[in-house]
Amino acid sequence: MYKANVIIKRKKSILDPQGKAAEHGAVLLGFKNITNVRIDKQVEFLVHVADEAMATQEVSEFCTKLLSNPTMEDFEITLEKIDEA
Amino acid sequence: MKLKFGVVVFPGSNCDHDAYHVLKHILDQETVYLWHKDTDIQNSDVIILPGGFSYGDYIRTGAVAKLSPIMNSVIEFANKGGIVFGICNGFQILTESGLLPGALIKNKNLQFICKDVYITSVNEGSLLTKSLEKKTLLTPVAHGEGNYFTDDETLKSLEKNNQILFKYSSGTGEFSEAYNPNGSLMNIAGIMNKEGNVFGMMPHPERSSDLQLGKTDGLQIFNSLIQNFIK
Repeated sequence: MYKANVIIKRKKSILDPQGKAAEHGAVLLGFKNITNVRIDKQVEFLVHVADEAMATQEVSEFCTKLLSNPTMEDFEITLEKIDEA
Repeated sequence: MKLKFGVVVFPGSNCDHDAYHVLKHILDQETVYLWHKDTDIQNSDVIILPGGFSYGDYIRTGAVAKLSPIMNSVIEFANKGGIVFGICNGFQILTESGLLPGALIKNKNLQFICKDVYITSVNEGSLLTKSLEKKTLLTPVAHGEGNYFTDDETLKSLEKNNQILFKYSSGTGEFSEAYNPNGSLMNIAGIMNKEGNVFGMMPHPERSSDLQLGKTDGLQIFNSLIQNFIK
């Protein structure tokens, strides 16, 4: 079994208004060293297969078909092997 | 000519009744609701994907609605040339399901925008715009994610193939960033597919089609569709 950790990132070319708002908030709070704020999504779930290649394939298909939209987002997958109790 | 309209009802649709009312009671067309769990489109001539917040806009607007059983039938219908018209959330569902190019992302100002705006038709040949009485129409928008985005290549092909239907404008039909409520690329408010049978727009013609509500410009869009539909 694997624990999948997926980060869904808005493509660099697309303005991230939430990140901009957070950056503006940082200025209002008096932070002088914070720039380039991007707000992304993180999704965690379990994949009940023994083989890592199979897990990667299934997770990546899930990301493409539902979790992300290729027009505006990219995704990064991290898999962690978990021993079944 | 009387057409049969099917208005899809997703959990969270909230403009389904507005669309039904305009089509059935104002335009006197045969109109039925199509439940999202059904697969039968009941021989509809035109399918309307209405506005709202289908599935609570979870994951992304339209992302879960595209997986509804009815959408398999809608996609099949569209691929055979059937007329599909998505309004607001319906437009978002159409881009998510791949029936229309691009995506609707969060409004540039981060706010939910609910106001009347002017849109101007930039397409003389489409079913929705062919018979408009005037090019510039007053229609309401009500969305948090209406900022039309796509890559440069797709944008060029939209222009080249004359797929842009409406752009946000001034009341006299001028286009500039000042009249762009949400940050959409090139002020795009509505598009169609290359084949000219799938349409999507963010503004709500069904909310500006009843004289009792003080606005009727939206009616021109539905009238154009009905007048130019070939059975």
